[in-house]
Amino acid sequence: MEKNKVNMVAAPEGHVGEGFFATKLDQVVGLARANSLWPLPFATSCCGIEFMATMASHYDLARFGSERVSFSPRQADMLLVMGTISKKMAPILRQVYEQMSEPRWVIAVGACASSGGIFDTYSVLQGIDKVIPVDVYVPGCPPRPEQIVDGVMQLQELVKSESQRRRHSAEYKELLASYNIE
Amino acid sequence: MALESVDIQNKLQETFGDHVKYFRTEYDMFVLEADVDVVYNVIKFLKEEPSLNFSFLTDLCGVHYPDSNLNEQFCVVYHLHNWYENKRIRVKTFLNGTNPEVKSIVSLFNCANWMERETFDFYGINFDGHPNLVRILNMDEMTSFPMRKEFPMEDSGRTDKDDRFFGRTINNATI
Repeated sequence: MEKNKVNMVAAPEGHVGEGFFATKLDQVVGLARANSLWPLPFATSCCGIEFMATMASHYDLARFGSERVSFSPRQADMLLVMGTISKKMAPILRQVYEQMSEPRWVIAVGACASSGGIFDTYSVLQGIDKVIPVDVYVPGCPPRPEQIVDGVMQLQELVKSESQRRRHSAEYKELLASYNIE
Repeated sequence: MALESVDIQNKLQETFGDHVKYFRTEYDMFVLEADVDVVYNVIKFLKEEPSLNFSFLTDLCGVHYPDSNLNEQFCVVYHLHNWYENKRIRVKTFLNGTNPEVKSIVSLFNCANWMERETFDFYGINFDGHPNLVRILNMDEMTSFPMRKEFPMEDSGRTDKDDRFFGRTINNATI
């Protein structure tokens, strides 16, 4: 038989027996979440163009379970902020983040979203972590699609290992409170 | 017959006398300066006088000259265009440094609405009679006027950018 070239996601640690497989619920849920992250692209400049390449056939982010790009924050798991965010746009970004339901993750793609980049000026927000918490930063100006895919894979690792209790923990509530998010 | 700069100058001087001055051609464009209290009427005249017919406002913007006399620290520049003769003209007016104020020309050109808002946003120039003089590009909470020369290039109180990583310290290697 011809060797199958399809890469399947490995099963988590557990006990295999005749007709059963036992593992921790955390790991099953983490596996499911990590491989079906629905992205919400918040693209404001050239990093957004790189993201379009990332979603297209050549790089194909769908291979990692992010087939369905959600343009409603209510159905998205992963907010990708790509590009310069001006101070005037900061409340809108924040509102988009607030509309996402838990669990939610954020990737800051590119120098501008991560730190303001070259725009060290009165009108530009110096990194989106001034208004919302960020899970993964992707460097580059703009980053290549490989880097964006790498950022998504880093996030998948976070999602896989995230405890089901994290979103109810005191630390997490404290983090949100530090951003004045309910 | 083409519209000559000399004819424009004569007509303006007949009507406004000493309030219009420093006629010259700069960068292939006819320029004049008008006193702040007549500039509205100068533009109205340029637009409505049939032989001049400058019926299009190309641009309106501000300039800051902090080192000039107190009464000439701000400048508002109007670019007008006569489509029939393809003749352009630039009208400048100088304003007081502490209380820059000039009459709005929105009643003459509707397109001046957003241009005057932008000029207010960046220079704090007050356009008297403007229907909605609020910030247009910058965030509403902003209290300063960023294109004024005294506005600092960088925020001095910031903590997020380490000078060592931006080549701003004298010797980066030893720190």
